[in-house]
Formats: sequence, C-alpha cells, structure tokens
Amino acid sequence: MLGTPTLVSGLMAGLFLLSSVASSPAAAAEMPEIEKRDWSFDGIFGSFDRAAQQRGYQVYNELCSGCHGLRLLTYRNLAALGYDEDDIKAFAAEYEVTDGPDEEGEMYQREALPSDHFVSPFANTNAARAANNGALPPDLSLIVKARKNGADYIYALLTGYGDTPDGRELPDGMYYNAAFPGHQIAMPQPLDDDAVEYADGTPATVNQMASDLTTFLAWTASPEMEARKLLGLKVMLFLLVFTAMLAAIKRKVWSRLH
Amino acid sequence: MSTHPVVKWIDERLPVFTFLNHELRDYPTPRNLNYWWNFGSIAGVVLMILIGTGVMLAMQYTPHVNYAFDSVERIMRDVNYGWLLRYLHSNGVSMFFIAVYIHLFRGLYFGSYKSPREILWAMGVIILLLMMATAFMGYVLPWGQMSFWGATVITNLFSAIPLVGEEIVNWLWGGYSIGNPTLTRFYALHYLFPFLIFAVVFLHLVALHTVKSNNPLGIDATGPQDTIPFHPYYTAKDFFGFGAFFLVYLGFVFYAPDFFGEPDNYIPANPLATPPHIVPEWYFLPFYAILRAVPDIEVFGFVLITAKLAGVILMFGSILILFFLPWLDFSKVRSSRFRPIFKQFFWIFFADCLLLGWVGANPPEGFFVILGRIGTAFYFAYFIVIIPLIAYFEKPRPLPESISAVVLGGKEEGKS
Amino acid sequence: MTVKAQDAGAGGDDETRRDFLLLTTSIVGTAGVALSAWPFIDSMNPAADVLALSTTEVDLSPVEVGQSITVVWRGTPVFVRHRTEQEITAARAVDISTLRDPVPDEDREIKPEWLVLVGICPHLGCIPLGQKSGQPRGQWGGWFCPCHGSQFDTSGRIRKGPSPTNLVVPPYKFTDETSILIG
Repeated sequence: MLGTPTLVSGLMAGLFLLSSVASSPAAAAEMPEIEKRDWSFDGIFGSFDRAAQQRGYQVYNELCSGCHGLRLLTYRNLAALGYDEDDIKAFAAEYEVTDGPDEEGEMYQREALPSDHFVSPFANTNAARAANNGALPPDLSLIVKARKNGADYIYALLTGYGDTPDGRELPDGMYYNAAFPGHQIAMPQPLDDDAVEYADGTPATVNQMASDLTTFLAWTASPEMEARKLLGLKVMLFLLVFTAMLAAIKRKVWSRLH
Repeated sequence: MSTHPVVKWIDERLPVFTFLNHELRDYPTPRNLNYWWNFGSIAGVVLMILIGTGVMLAMQYTPHVNYAFDSVERIMRDVNYGWLLRYLHSNGVSMFFIAVYIHLFRGLYFGSYKSPREILWAMGVIILLLMMATAFMGYVLPWGQMSFWGATVITNLFSAIPLVGEEIVNWLWGGYSIGNPTLTRFYALHYLFPFLIFAVVFLHLVALHTVKSNNPLGIDATGPQDTIPFHPYYTAKDFFGFGAFFLVYLGFVFYAPDFFGEPDNYIPANPLATPPHIVPEWYFLPFYAILRAVPDIEVFGFVLITAKLAGVILMFGSILILFFLPWLDFSKVRSSRFRPIFKQFFWIFFADCLLLGWVGANPPEGFFVILGRIGTAFYFAYFIVIIPLIAYFEKPRPLPESISAVVLGGKEEGKS
Repeated sequence: MTVKAQDAGAGGDDETRRDFLLLTTSIVGTAGVALSAWPFIDSMNPAADVLALSTTEVDLSPVEVGQSITVVWRGTPVFVRHRTEQEITAARAVDISTLRDPVPDEDREIKPEWLVLVGICPHLGCIPLGQKSGQPRGQWGGWFCPCHGSQFDTSGRIRKGPSPTNLVVPPYKFTDETSILIG
C-alpha cells in the first residue's frame, strides 16, 4: 500500500524541515561550520603519519606545554612515535616529579622516569587559572575526542584566528576565533609561521604546524587506533566469511521443508 | 547422544539433557516466523557479552570520584585489550537497546502482547525498566561531564515529589549533591542489576515456553503441521542472525566506537561547570523529550502540578502504560497484517517515537517545544484513545485458515 | 552451543555436502570463540603500566663498603650489600656439602663485593633483619629472620632455622660500573 509509507515519510520530512528552519538564528551563529578535512588516520585503513606525529610532538613541546598538560600520557608512550629508549629516558629526565616521603618523612623532587606520566605545567586547576586570568587551559590528552568534530575542529581552531569582524566588541583578554563556539576565546593565537624549526626541515607554516599538532593530539586521544583498525580488519573478514557460512547452513536446513 | 550412558546417568539425577531437548531442540515453533523474531535471542546474546565485558572491566575500574575517570583511561591505554573491552561494553549497550526496541515494536505490530501473552509482555516491560536503570547508572561510572550532569538532572527530578521529594533526593545521593557516595552505590547496583535482568529474562522465557511463540499471522497453531522443531530450523536461523548482527555491532566497535557517545564525557566531571547542552544517551531521548514537554498545569492561576512533576509523571507513565496494552487493545485480532487501520497508526506511532527522539536531542527552545508537545500528546493518545477506538470500530480482514494453509498453500495472505 | 547435525533422511550427496558445511562452520566457529576468549584472559595479565615498573635501577655509588641498602623492586624489598673482604672470604670458605641448599658463593653474584638478594624469607615471607646497623645478623653475619629464627650467612644462604632454601637472587645486571638494573 502506497499510502502509509508515503504519508509517514512526508510527515517526518516536513517536520524535520520545519524544525531546522525555525531554530533560532542566534543558535546557528553559535555553532560554526567546521570544514571536513582528510586525515591520514581517517577510514578503515587509516594510520598515524609517524613524521607528522613527531613534528606535532615538537610543536606541543615548544609552543603548548607551557600551559597545557598531557597527563594521561606517560613518557614511555613516545616509543610508539619511533623514539628509542635512550631518547625517551633523556627526554623524561628534563622534567621533575614529586616523590616520597623519604626516610625523614619529607617529599622530594626527582627526575622523571619513562614510567612517569607527563608533568603538567601547573600543580592544579587553581594554579592554572591564576596564571591565565581565570581561564583554564584544558589538558590536551583527550581533546580530539572531547570536542564535536574532533580533529577537524582542533585544526579549524588553530587556524581560525583572524581580525575581529567589524561591529564586534571583544572583552579584554579575549581573541576572535572563527571556529570556537561564540567566536571569542581566551587563548591568544598559539601558532605563528616559523615559530618552530622542524628537525626534518619541513617548512613550519601555521597550517603545517596545525596539521601536525592535530595528528599528534589525535594519537594522544586514541593511541590504540592502529591496533584497533588492524584487529578490526581481521575480525570483520572472519565474520563476513563466517556469516556467509551460517547463511548457507540456514538455507540448507530450511530447504528441507517442502 | 540421548542414549549415551554418561548422559543418562546425569539426566537421571538432574534432567539437564531432557530439559535442553524439550526446550531447545524438539520445542514446537511456528513455521512462519520472519526475521523480526530474531531480535529476542540477539538481545540475549548481547546481554551475555555485556555481563562478560562488565566483569572484566570491574576488575580494573576504581569507583572513587578522584580516580574513576583515570581508571577508565588506564583501561583504554594500559590494560591489554582494555580498549576492546570498554568499546564492546559501551557499544554493546546501544546494541542491546536497538535489539530490544526492535523486539518491542515487533510485539506491537504483531499483537504479541495479547492473551495469553500478557505476563510475557509484562516481563518484557520490567526488563526494559531494569535495562534503563542499569544503563543510567553505568553511564555515571566513567565520571565524565555528561556522567555527572546527566545524573544530576535526572536524580533532581525526584525532588518534584510533593512533601518528601527533597529527602528522597538526598537519600538517593547519599549527600547534598551527586558525589562519591552516589558513585559507589551506583557501581554496586550497576553490578547487581544485570543479574536481576537475567532472572527476569528467565521468567520471560518460561512464560514464552508456556504460551508458545506468536507468529506473523497472529493466529494460533492448530496442530503439528503448523510448527517445526526449534532445532535445527531456528537454531540455524538464530546463529545466522547473530552473525549479521555482530557485523553491525563490531563495525561500530572497531571503526566508529564513539558514534553513540557524547564528546563531553571525555571531559572529567566538573561540579562547577555545566555543559551547554545536557543530553542523555540516544536510547533515552524520546523519554527526555516527554519529560520536558509539559508546562505547569494551572487551575485559575494556581499551579496544581509543576511542570517538573508533570514531566516526571508522564515520563514514567510513557513506559508504565505499556503494561496496560493487552487491555487497551481488546481486539481479538493480533497481527497488523489483518488490521489495516491499526497498521497505519502503528507507523505513525513509530514516526512519533523517532520525532520525540529528535526533539529530545535538541534544546527545548522555539519550534522544538511545540513539536515535543505534539509528539507527547500523540504518544499518549495512541495508547489511551486511538488503540481502544480502533479495537472497537475496525473491521479486520478475514483471517486465514491456519499457518500451514498460508505457508504451504503458496500464496502469502495479507503479507506486507 | 554448537549446531548439531540432523540425523534424519536420505540423500547421500546433499547430506555429505551439508555435513561438510556444518563441520567446517563448527570448526571455524569454535576457533572464533577461542580467539575471542583471548582478550578477556589477556586483560588480566600485567598491564603496560605495571610492566613499566617491573625493573628498578639502582645507583651503587653511594653505598660504602660494609653498608647495606634496601630498594623496592616490583613492590618487594631487595637487599643490596657492599660486602667487606672478610664477608667474602667467610662466604667462600664454607664446605658446600654441609649446606641445606648447597650453592657456592661464586654462583650467587656477578661482582663478589656486591650481593643482591630478595629481602623475603623463603620460609613464610617475613623480611629478615640485618640491613641496618644495630640489627641482629645471626651467627653467620648475614641476616636473621625474627619470625621463626632462620639465619642466613654472608652469601644469603640458609644455615639454621626453618627456611628450606637460600635468599633468592633476583635477575639483575650491571648497566655500568656503579649501576645495576634489577628485573
């Protein structure tokens, strides 16, 4: 019967259209359009571009780690980026962690080991706010998964700084950003051309650094991604074959009926 | 196999094999069940997976507000295959609700709730309620922003209860807001409830095996020519169903593991910062829409029932009303295949549920408010007014002679 | 819950084909179930963060001759003793055949002056005394377990008391002249 499905779909389509048209214009301006980009880690066969990860890590270290922590990562995790044990040990040793109590009952500082978590720039959120005019620079370990549109959004944010459009007043300490909801962000533009000198000689344009940093942060949020997609491939292939076999058995069994 | 001496020895002392033979092998099942009948067993398998992964996760999780979020991240990053267990569990919940909702709608369409299946249906509704409680508490455990604020919003609802509301909420919380006592008790109950679900599923299956399965024609089996043994026909069909379902389930687990989730829940809970949009998980969205649909109910300028209380009553009512369906729909004809008017309204009802889900996902502003009210009004009108009216006035199509007459006779009567 | 073959009926070729399909599917299915069990089992194995703490580096330079320090390795105490000449000589002068757990001293360390032992009595798990000055070391100048009186010599071997075996030497190596890596 043609009637019911047409009626129902017409009804639903109409209502959806109405609701999108009728939603307030203020809300539309609040949630900017985020451009979809192609990332090496997209798709069923996606993987992290090692070179980009390493460059991104360099950007994080030199430009972001002053305010943003990476507390869910440990220094030993950097082995996934291709760094060897000695590099990692040396890198960790540049930071200090609190340990103890010692024999006298005192807490003491020691060099970080590969097994330690990344040392955050601030002792706690209050210290972070105090140092940043009340704004809290978020920890970046999960930032790519913690924002709608993920990697696309992070890239858009990093490259979204620009002149404040005419007629718009920004409070003190706020900056205009095309991607940030509400368009005013407390973080000043973190990336400038050639702010970093890449070890592999890649020109450090803002877009390049944004892309590399986003790749690095996509990894910090989902370090299991490559293993997950690899296992996924094996499992899905197995299941496709196995389900086909189960389908064949079902058909064979049921063919016995009349 | 049934004559093997060891089997006989065990069976004489504990009739496991006789039982399995009777309930899973020889058990007479209508020969015309379609694939909509696969979703009960699929739901059962997903429940087993949720319990299995849940126990493994419980070995690694720390139920304390200072450690919960980090313990989940430790599972994701450091525990061998921890990410797999976690994503199997979180996506398993969505799959569980998808299977159960399809299973429920199948019951609505084919009249599986009618006599003599009223208690079978009631057990199902109880399972649904237990599932919702379990899922709600489970979502709090990672202690993300949505965990905290979703729990705050929903538990706050109980303060709408007149006189004792405030006390009840503090009793639920174990304090004056969602905090550590809340988290630990939710953990304990979240571990317990699946076993209650398991018990009610068992009762659900006992009831089923007492009255036997319904079928797409909605008419009773008249004899052995209408049924086939459960094994090998439906064991084979169910296994195939599992395979197809797992392809979808694992597709999400491996390639879109955060599809059903909220990005905000990857932010540690902050009691001092409310997220801009508090949204529950997708399977709660229609009920969330109903909750927010109602305004204050006033009589001569005096608020008789607050919007909050009315919303709570309607939200719970929207599920409790299902219990009464066998009596609201008193038509003697079960299957929509022979009830053209009922069928039309069924599809409108289905569209209404989708609409309510859409409304629930959006902030209660502008046009969404009106949509939510229309959707809610229709939802209740469907059960309280439309269904009884249809039962009274509708002239159903003539029912076929028997299941075998239709299946073996070549023409599929009334199939759509 | 494997799908069992229906034993009814005629049909030679058809039946063998079906049985073959059933057999292969059952095998593939069982393999799938077994493979699926592995993540559950492996998740209980030590996680990456636990493995990262499975070795401990010890800097030996501050430990004077005759001094003992205790370090923590995998959550348990490890005794590191910088042995004196007398202690080494005494350990090597022992007639092995008289020992309950006969092991020559030379086999129990890499460099004779450094003795590294797990500080847990093999009897019932107490921590023997003898690390700090003033603590009893027993008759043979090694360690004395206060719980049931086991006495160990300067090679950590059991000489008297209920312990059936010597103090355990953990796996370790010298990473340079003055550092060892335990584990």
